[in-house]
Amino acid sequence: MPNRSATEGGPYAHKKTSVQRTMVLVMVALVPATAYDLYLFGWPAINLFVITIASALMIEALCLVIARKPIVMFLTDGSAILTAWLLAMSLPPWAPWWIGVLGAGIAIVIGKQIFGGIGQNVFNPAMVARVALLISFPLEMTTFVAPSPLGTAGAPGFMDSLAFTFGLANSVDVVSSASVLGHVKTELSRGIPLQQALEGNYDLFAMTLGDASGSMGETSFSLILVGGLFLIIKRVISWHIPVAMLGTIAIMATLFNLINPAQYPDALFHLVSGATVLGAFFIATDLVTSPVTKRGQLLFGVGCGLLVYIIRTWTAYPEGMAFAVLLMNAMTPLIDRYIKPRVYGRTIKGDPLAPKGGS
Amino acid sequence: MSTPYKTIMADGLWSNNVVFAQLLALCPLLAVTGTATNGLGMGLATTAVMMTTGLSVSLLRNAITPEVRIPAFVLIIATVVTLVDMAMNAWLHELYKVLGLFIPLIVTNCAILGRAESFAVKEKALPSIVDGIMMGLGFTFSLVLLGAVREILGSGTLFANASLLLGSPFSILETVIIPDYKGFLLFVLPPGGFIALGFILAGKNLLEKKLEGRAADDETPETPVAEAEAR
Repeated sequence: MPNRSATEGGPYAHKKTSVQRTMVLVMVALVPATAYDLYLFGWPAINLFVITIASALMIEALCLVIARKPIVMFLTDGSAILTAWLLAMSLPPWAPWWIGVLGAGIAIVIGKQIFGGIGQNVFNPAMVARVALLISFPLEMTTFVAPSPLGTAGAPGFMDSLAFTFGLANSVDVVSSASVLGHVKTELSRGIPLQQALEGNYDLFAMTLGDASGSMGETSFSLILVGGLFLIIKRVISWHIPVAMLGTIAIMATLFNLINPAQYPDALFHLVSGATVLGAFFIATDLVTSPVTKRGQLLFGVGCGLLVYIIRTWTAYPEGMAFAVLLMNAMTPLIDRYIKPRVYGRTIKGDPLAPKGGS
Repeated sequence: MSTPYKTIMADGLWSNNVVFAQLLALCPLLAVTGTATNGLGMGLATTAVMMTTGLSVSLLRNAITPEVRIPAFVLIIATVVTLVDMAMNAWLHELYKVLGLFIPLIVTNCAILGRAESFAVKEKALPSIVDGIMMGLGFTFSLVLLGAVREILGSGTLFANASLLLGSPFSILETVIIPDYKGFLLFVLPPGGFIALGFILAGKNLLEKKLEGRAADDETPETPVAEAEAR
């Protein structure tokens, strides 16, 4: 059947990508790590996860009503769900309900909608919310618990955990436990050598699998890596930012570890702990807030990696992923201004190419 | 050349407000408006400076040649600020300790130099004083409003430590809006100042748009002649 339309005449092709497809693919990639961590941290984590996403959707709808934008179209594009999902993954798993609601509000309103909605924001909304929460509520945002998988003896039941999440009861026994990064930072600042600090707290196998304390979705190195590779294979993200970022962290860590092994942990420690892989594959690669060109993305990744290492090693915060990504988000317009792709038929400076050969 | 007092008042308080319309003096604005009391103190100190510099510049306007006016204005402003600084240190010592460095920094408040340059140097003494007071009060209003928003959101109180500024009878102003509030540190820190100011400006624009729409509805059909005359 001839399809005559305005597009007649050119080799027009449509690659069936849409905002919705991208968001859904990222969520699919997040499912294994999220599911495993929700299982590990049990009902309180599941409550917080659901609360964060539900409130993000409601707040997004409210913003769209106020801005008089089409509600169904923007709500179903999945961006609000993904933002809230990434935010929830970066929260302590047993945080109270209002952390999730407030975080979703900050992410959607201040991080995204006041810039003009999807595609207009300068900073990664989930990280804006995480940093705002971390600075405002340091106690709630750094209270980590040891994993207590669903169905095991120590895990709270559904009703208990509902009461716990909404602050009605403190009856649930919490086995609090510092994240490995936090623990190492504290011990090093007390003058205890690294090897001693790591003993009994750093089990490479458990960290790779995810059976460690930390934020809700960041603990499982291997499952997040699988999700990240899936995104690269599906071409949702390119390899440039993650490789540049992880490479920079590894090089920095190896360098300083060689200089003083008692003070600086090795590369493997930095790669499997904290939000390193989650940030490299899922947060820094946000299409809206990272550079357009491949060379720009490499620079962006190196910058993120350097900042993560610097913040982890020499500042008061044990983890610097959110700060690093936000700082590099601020650099993105500058990177895009100076690193531009060559226009077809012109040199990198914009002059017309001289015709080659004869004719 | 003289401006009617009504226009001076409207300009200073609302339509040409230092913060909400000119977006000047943002540095002290963001730095001291952690609480409403600090905003009030800073605003009143700035008002005193604006009034006095307005008067001095206006009186000296024929003696200062245009070529040296900027250094001359800065000299006058610096003198007045030093006086205010010493006076506050003497009589409002507790508040002085809170506001600290920001009192001497009133010198660099671009709004003051701006009014000297754009108003006092062209006008007689009395209108200049009125302009200084009105601009200062407009500035105070915006500082108190922003301070109140940030204080309520950030620490759940309003006019905390008001007795330090106004004397012990005014301790009734000190209210706790949200009891048992843990505090929302973001709004006490400068980023919260930017965010709150942004929302206040958006609200102001919305309000003006509504007022404009209503005024247009009221006036256009009935008094086209009067409107034409006013222009």
